[in-house]
Amino acid sequence: MKPLNEVIAACPPSGIRRFFDIAAEMDDVISLGVGEPDFVTPWRIREAGIYALEHGYTTYTSNAGLPALRMLICSDLQQRYSAEYEWDTECLITTGVSEGLDLALRVLLNPGDEVIVPEPCYVAYEPCVAFAGGTTVRVPTRWEDRFTVDVDVVAAAITPRTKAILIGSPANPTGAVQPRETLQALARLAEKHDLYLISDEIYDRLTYNGSHTCLGAIPEARDRTIVLGGFSKAQAMTGWRVGWICAPQAIAELCVRVHQYTMLCAPHVSQLAAVEALTSAETDVSEMVADYDRRRRVFVKGLREIGLECPEPDGAFYAFPSIRSSGLDSETFAERLLKEQGVAVVPGNVFGPSGEGHVRCSYATALPQLETAVDRMAAFLQNL
Amino acid sequence: MREILELLERDSSLSHDTIATMLGLPVEEVSARIAEWEASGVIRRYKAVVNWEAVDDAIAREKVVAFIDVSVAPARGVGFDDVALRISRFDEVTSVHLVSGGHDLRCTVVGRDIRAVSDFVSQRLSTIDRVMSTATHFVLKTHKRDGDVFAEPEPDHRLRVTP
Ligand SMILES: Cc1ncc(COP(=O)(O)O)c(C=O)c1O
Repeated sequence: MKPLNEVIAACPPSGIRRFFDIAAEMDDVISLGVGEPDFVTPWRIREAGIYALEHGYTTYTSNAGLPALRMLICSDLQQRYSAEYEWDTECLITTGVSEGLDLALRVLLNPGDEVIVPEPCYVAYEPCVAFAGGTTVRVPTRWEDRFTVDVDVVAAAITPRTKAILIGSPANPTGAVQPRETLQALARLAEKHDLYLISDEIYDRLTYNGSHTCLGAIPEARDRTIVLGGFSKAQAMTGWRVGWICAPQAIAELCVRVHQYTMLCAPHVSQLAAVEALTSAETDVSEMVADYDRRRRVFVKGLREIGLECPEPDGAFYAFPSIRSSGLDSETFAERLLKEQGVAVVPGNVFGPSGEGHVRCSYATALPQLETAVDRMAAFLQNL
Repeated sequence: MREILELLERDSSLSHDTIATMLGLPVEEVSARIAEWEASGVIRRYKAVVNWEAVDDAIAREKVVAFIDVSVAPARGVGFDDVALRISRFDEVTSVHLVSGGHDLRCTVVGRDIRAVSDFVSQRLSTIDRVMSTATHFVLKTHKRDGDVFAEPEPDHRLRVTP
């Protein structure tokens, strides 16, 4: 038979998959390998979803999504971060940030364009760049800098083919939050070299030391930035598949153009649930955030006490400790920890070469489980 | 400081150490605060929330709960307080509230069986001076109490490892 698409065939399967397969076979596993909240969606949001189903909101919506939801998103961005977007021309609803990322890259890239991506980073960035015909240029971040982006390193990676810089903050897997000054410097750099910026802000609400900066609120960045956001993390709505894009009109229009043919619209029921999330679930969200913060403190302290150096994770719900003191590489550490002690973590190298020597531990897990996990990790380290 | 109380109200088995870490406070400060609250009666005591219906022991499970609405003739100077206090002192009574609406006091009474609760109401409660009438509502099933839903918890539906 004729060969399948060569770009897709050349894309390796996610390194996470292998650990999923091992963990799925085992009993008594405490999983710190899950990239989603352990909370179920707050009841008032689920109830709104049930109401929507009951009343037959089972149809398509307009391509760009429900006006009520887009208005809420834009006014939320305005109030929270002073980012200004017109709901009718600069905002569209996607099936999660996953689709948003795909749309953003497809709309920006021509074949051979380069996208600079600081790593370690979310596993989908590089494949999505490739699927959109682009080439990823990785730039390292260092745990000595708490994984903040070094703008000089980014600048040195710019070539005539560079089209965009893609950053996620707060970050999966490091929990790093890029300081406002760093984002401002990136914005100036983008302006100087006429580059676009894609900003994955799915974890915007999950910051624990100081607040989030929306890249779209930085004046130099505003007209060249695509902001991606959603409901999966802060509102614990991963399975609803709903998110959004805010971008300057010319970009947003092209995003809608792709979306109208490939997705048509985000699920109607999920959009209505998202409306509820923005109108009445603020207390639920802040309670969940407070809870993550408490577990974060207990978990990070526990990791440090058993001898794993752990840079302070300021956001998201991941700790990214160094496991170099164990003398093992990330893959071996994670595989042996899982097989010998039944604790699942994700090896840091699946998120990029700078993740080697680290493992990603999600603390979106009940406190007693986190404490047991730390005990088991201590036993593991002792038996090495 | 309110956060310490909120944490304990949700889970009184948390150690002072854990609370201190969770809130980023020195453990001495947490312990001192809690000791103060215990002494002053802000923290009355620590207990477990038991779902008796789920206990695998027929005798232990045998417990009847009723809400009793009580109408009381108020008296000068004390209103309903003296009667409310007299009712409160019975061990069978687990809660007493002064409420608005058709009756004055809403009480919770726990007994071994229906008979025990009815006897208590007719012989002890109704016979208190200035108690005018009572209305008894037996609890058939408890779905939620003090913030705890007693339905079977859903298992964790998440995959074990996800991006
Ligand atoms: C950094 C990051 N971006 C995007 C996503 C996907 O989000 P969504 O559920 O909105 O598609 C995730 C989920 O793990 C993530 O961690």
